[in-house]
Amino acid sequence: MGASVFGGGGGGDPYMGGLMAGQAIETGGEVELVALDSLDDDDLILPVAMVGAPTVMAEKFLSGDEGARLRTEIEQTLGRRVSAVACGELGGINGVIPVTWATNTGLPMVDCDLMGRAFPELQMTTAALAGISINPVVMTDERGNLVKFDTITPEWAEKMVRTVVTSMGGEASMCLYPMTVAQAKEATVVGSVSRAMEVGRLLLEAADDPIAALCASVDGYALIEGKIVDVERQTTEGFSRGSVTIEGTGGHNGRFLRLEFQNENLVAMEDGRVVASVPDIITAVDVHTARPIVTEQLRYGQRVSVIALPCDPIWRSPEAIELVGPRVFSYDIDYVPVEELHG
Amino acid sequence: MAEGPFRIGVDVGGTNTDAVLMTSSFEILAKHKATTSTDVVQAIAEAIAAVVAQSGVDPTEVTQVMLGTTHATNAVLERRDLGRVATLRIGGPATKSVPPLVTWPEDLRRVVSAGEVIIDGGFEFDGTEQVPFDRPGVEAFLDSLDGPPDAFAVASVFAPVSDAHELQAAEILRARFPDTPVSLSGAIGSIGLIERENACVLNAALIEVAHKIVAGLGAALDQHGIDAVQYFAQNDGTLMAMERVLQFPVLTIGSGPANSMRGAAHLSGLAEAIVVDVGGTSTDIGVLASGFPRESAIPVEIGGVRTNFRMPDLLALALGGGTIVGDASDGTDIRVGPESVGHQLTNDALSFGGAVKTLSDAANKSGRASFGSHSPDAMTDDVADLALRRIDEMFEDGIDRMKLSRSDQPVVAVGGGSVLMPPTLAGVSKIVRPDHHDVANAVGAAIASISAEIDQIFSLDGTTRDETLESAKADAIGAAVALGAVPEATEVISLEELTMAYMTDNIIRLRIKAAGPLR
Repeated sequence: MGASVFGGGGGGDPYMGGLMAGQAIETGGEVELVALDSLDDDDLILPVAMVGAPTVMAEKFLSGDEGARLRTEIEQTLGRRVSAVACGELGGINGVIPVTWATNTGLPMVDCDLMGRAFPELQMTTAALAGISINPVVMTDERGNLVKFDTITPEWAEKMVRTVVTSMGGEASMCLYPMTVAQAKEATVVGSVSRAMEVGRLLLEAADDPIAALCASVDGYALIEGKIVDVERQTTEGFSRGSVTIEGTGGHNGRFLRLEFQNENLVAMEDGRVVASVPDIITAVDVHTARPIVTEQLRYGQRVSVIALPCDPIWRSPEAIELVGPRVFSYDIDYVPVEELHG
Repeated sequence: MAEGPFRIGVDVGGTNTDAVLMTSSFEILAKHKATTSTDVVQAIAEAIAAVVAQSGVDPTEVTQVMLGTTHATNAVLERRDLGRVATLRIGGPATKSVPPLVTWPEDLRRVVSAGEVIIDGGFEFDGTEQVPFDRPGVEAFLDSLDGPPDAFAVASVFAPVSDAHELQAAEILRARFPDTPVSLSGAIGSIGLIERENACVLNAALIEVAHKIVAGLGAALDQHGIDAVQYFAQNDGTLMAMERVLQFPVLTIGSGPANSMRGAAHLSGLAEAIVVDVGGTSTDIGVLASGFPRESAIPVEIGGVRTNFRMPDLLALALGGGTIVGDASDGTDIRVGPESVGHQLTNDALSFGGAVKTLSDAANKSGRASFGSHSPDAMTDDVADLALRRIDEMFEDGIDRMKLSRSDQPVVAVGGGSVLMPPTLAGVSKIVRPDHHDVANAVGAAIASISAEIDQIFSLDGTTRDETLESAKADAIGAAVALGAVPEATEVISLEELTMAYMTDNIIRLRIKAAGPLR
């Protein structure tokens, strides 16, 4: 659930992610979360993720042995042992799926990820930003089908992954950007998993004002509290795009916030003015419990608060904005950090 | 004397059992309301006897009886009368990371579980086989069972898209255990394997309860010489036939609030409104859209089990006719609830000669209502005014939370406690308290339409979205007509379209419900 706050509306339903990880811990024992610093610099870490449609994941979830297959393949290909698994992204499913595969492979999980949030495409990673190769990409399904490929750029990998996902039945498990601990120290968001766990714990211990408690814990800003009065969705090029309009209630009467999403929430606007934008994280949460709501579950009439929190500083260089800023998603606006907009 | 044929609607709630007797043109000839006794069958029989006697109609002219009941809900909540279920999931090698029933509360699982297995099979979203169906796996599971269970539950991956593997499994089960009922998930729930499987297992566990409901109603009708077709209210405010309640008892869960809202729509003539149902202890606020309850978008838990039934979206307030009004210690303020005298209102409240100050007394004191046998002299005017001002704020806030837009909307007030409501509220265009509002639940059961629903994923390859929509709508209407709806009057009452992320093919998921009045 904490991972889902950082997911910014993407990254999958935390209920299914939690079930799979919880069951893995029940049968396979607790997973050790290790800091990058506690590993040797030339140890190999393996970022993993699930890709596919959340609706398919709600129906055809994991067999459980996908992680072991990915590990075996990568160890044979690279001729060396994997020391720990890592999250490809933070989100309701991908923030916790590595737990399932960690118990399954007997490996620890390392406290970092490649986004510090969720993004829709494979090149939108801190690893790509740091020039780490995505190769080899390995994908497998629950049946045991396995595809391994090298690509000339992560953008090509994104293209091929989508084709393979469709032929595997709408979802697949994968590993990408295998790297050493020394590389990971520069090319990942360090400490992001333990931070997400703290936020998850905070949400479980119902505070008097959970929204305020959440904002305080993540340096976030509550953009509006209100009711969803319009949801528009379309699927283009394999992405679920759309927008949501929230009408303020209570002390926010008379205000309207428009939230644009492409799997994840990307831009929040009020009165034609941008009040938060990617790569900062924008998450809709339940107005009473502060629990995050993924974009697929946004519905007409829901009562939500929208919070914006700063992304990891790694995403704020000019090169990073070229990779994941608003213009990448076809919004002709300049990125302004959320704390400058609301400071 | 009104002309037959007649119909009787009965709603067995947690607190009260209501009944109405109506003509086929929905004129109410008699109504009855009594505290639900511990013997539910007896409560039903008494309610039917009361409305037949009051109306004076010839019992043989009663041709339809509609029953809404909490039997199934109570069985799950109290973990009693439940059957032992053997669960067969068809989805391996996928889905093994979360086996059947592991998400259930331990006590319920112990009562219901007669063994679970995951065998290979199931489908992809597009209806192609995930892997071939593992027939020997089913046989091996049956061999491992300790004799026949009370019922089987079968759930396959993407059964709402293709139920072929569920049907093959059912055939094997019926060949081995011809007398054991089999519930198939594809016929019960929508996309979401865990939730659909849970609903399917609950359904299988409730088959015996369903037989009790049907036998109880049958006995009550026989007792009064009534030979009528029986219908059963379900969670969406529509009806199902007796043959279906025996197969799908789980769908009766949640019918009470749905009946109340449908009854409110009928009695007020409003199709778009907020319904405020005020009882003795609590108030439910729901929203009518096209005359039907708006459904909750979040998964619903029943007795600690997560299901994907679509229940009415309700907001419950601890506010009713029996809610106790207390003095604050410093005398400057008061406390309203959440405690209530419940069904002891007519003994304990000031207005009935008792000693407890309740919201009913505040309403009588201020002149908002006038009922009871005594004047509530022990309550001061100030306290009464403060208490009513407090509950008006609670009504206003609750209504605002359920509203979809900022414009003022009409409110239909129903239930025995609705006399507490003021003539006007902020954000409300008008408050309608229709005749017979106190038996809105039974009215809702009596006037309900019969419905059918489809929930499927469609590929748009080689066709258009419009063509797909039209043919899916026709399928839903055809399904309702097959259940007894008048063809000319059957229409689509809800349509939801969801697109799927990360797919390169153009695919939509449609969830369509059609309903029509009974023939």
